[in-house]
Amino acid sequence: MSEATLHAERAAASVRLERALVALGILVLIAAPFVIYPIFVMKMLCFALFACAFNLLLGYTGLLSFGHAAFFGGAAYFCAYAVKAWGLPPEAGILLGTAGAALMGLVMGFLAIRRQGIYFSMITLALAQMFYFFCVQAPFTEGEDGIQGVPRGHLFGVVDLGVTMNMYFFVLVVFLIGVFAIWRIVNSPFGMILRSIRENENRAISLGYSVGRYKLAAFVMSAALAGLAGATKAIVFQFATLTDVTWQMSGEVILMTLLGGIGTMVGPVVGAGLVVGLENTLATSGFPVTIATGLIFMVCVLIFRRGIVGEIHARWLGRGGKGS
Amino acid sequence: MLTVFGIPIQALLGQLLVGLINGSFYAMLSLGLAVIFGLLRIINFAHGALYMLGAFIGYLLLVHLGIGYWPALVIVPLLVGLLGMLVERLALSRLYRLDPLYGLLFTFGLALVIEGVFRYYYGVSGNPYAVPTLLAGGTNLGFMFLPNYRGWVVVASLIVCIGTWLLIEKTRLGSYLRAATENPELVQAFGVNVPLLLTLTYGLGAALAGLAGILAAPVYQVSPLMGSDLIIVVFAVVVVGGMGSILGAIVTGYMLGLAEGLTKVFYPEASNLVVFVIMAIVLLLRPAGLFGRDA
Repeated sequence: MSEATLHAERAAASVRLERALVALGILVLIAAPFVIYPIFVMKMLCFALFACAFNLLLGYTGLLSFGHAAFFGGAAYFCAYAVKAWGLPPEAGILLGTAGAALMGLVMGFLAIRRQGIYFSMITLALAQMFYFFCVQAPFTEGEDGIQGVPRGHLFGVVDLGVTMNMYFFVLVVFLIGVFAIWRIVNSPFGMILRSIRENENRAISLGYSVGRYKLAAFVMSAALAGLAGATKAIVFQFATLTDVTWQMSGEVILMTLLGGIGTMVGPVVGAGLVVGLENTLATSGFPVTIATGLIFMVCVLIFRRGIVGEIHARWLGRGGKGS
Repeated sequence: MLTVFGIPIQALLGQLLVGLINGSFYAMLSLGLAVIFGLLRIINFAHGALYMLGAFIGYLLLVHLGIGYWPALVIVPLLVGLLGMLVERLALSRLYRLDPLYGLLFTFGLALVIEGVFRYYYGVSGNPYAVPTLLAGGTNLGFMFLPNYRGWVVVASLIVCIGTWLLIEKTRLGSYLRAATENPELVQAFGVNVPLLLTLTYGLGAALAGLAGILAAPVYQVSPLMGSDLIIVVFAVVVVGGMGSILGAIVTGYMLGLAEGLTKVFYPEASNLVVFVIMAIVLLLRPAGLFGRDA
């Protein structure tokens, strides 16, 4: 048997293993609400999608946005307002929130991609903080109280989302669609160009790609998917508040991605699960969450830059993630 | 009463003074960020936390040890600077060969920890720090009433900014620093201890943040959140000024403080937003920043 076929067979085996793991993961998520408190799993799924959307930008395009809370929390506000004040059905509210986040992404991205590297991060942070101040003052967000008592309504006028299990499977479907979209984007020719920008922006430019446009497109897609997660969360918890637009929230999604593994498909999901779980545990213990997240940040950056999934990839599957 | 565009001149000058005070802190903090970034290529997210730490150490010295404002003005920057040097030696020095984003993320985590500790022990409410007796009261300038302490803050920040600029541009140590910014390997080959220079630089930046903190203590309330609110505005200041020049960072700091003060007079609702709006406009017209050299 030649070297090439051996290699191909190994790759095929790896793909089979991956498919089996994905199928297993979906089965676990279908069974989860019967074992664990469903609201908690829904929270995890919303944050997992948020982190995956963020990772599309950081992991596959190499852009560290410090302002993703604006899309997550902004979409939550748009969706909550549309559903509560205009009486829109939930699916329309979520689509509207997603579109709103995409539009914000277009504006913020257009400004931010004018600078590179560390400046990009500072600009996104500053613009998101500007949006936060806007949300504090704008009348439609109802200030410190936030938009409370958002009706869950009936999906397509038929399925009552007030029933917890209906809500859960709707969230699961949204999550799977979102992650599938990211997977498709990453593994398309477009995604390959994004990766080439991450690896060497100047070379991508010299190959004739208009790097700015690709970055902006990735930014808008990431913002829209973060918005999808935020809008869905608003329907699940029936409120939208300032917490979701703070810079701490932007930091949290970075932590989820870093902890799980930057530039891996599954990493952000694992990271989101761990961070949400940890916060849930700490909430009852009295130990301040900020100190814990800060410490995890420092440890991850110093000795654990590949993240959990990246580390597994590197050690057992012989594939290096990004981050070393 | 004298008015400008229908606004009483006293109100206008009062808000301009508030703007100048805020600008003094923007200038001192963005100066420290620029000094650190110039040599270490790290954006120090913990700068706001170090500023808060400076104010808090001053407050704790007064409450627990009875050490007043004037000695604190020396002790606080030393302590914060030492802590900065410790952080640089133990952690930041391991990150230089990596993507600069990791420096930002590490200092972000550090900021969360420092802020979290103080929030845990002291809550989120502010603690008052009395103005030192020497600077209590105010002076009537004829056209407006100037609280002495506020006047002192403006003077002190000017001294600090000019002093730092002179240190970097006119002294031998400063010339090593500028040389190491251009080409660290070459400077090392000439026998300058570059790792030590890096440690000292971060210490200097941290000390500047601590000094700004103790200066701010009598003006604003001493609270665990005072740094994080400020640091994001300072980031916007840094984007507007560009981090290429020390002088640029200082000038931009004062300018944006004044712009904020003016906005408070004419359109108060937008005073929180104005710095960010200016940043957006500068990005559109001159992406490298007003004083920036990089692309």
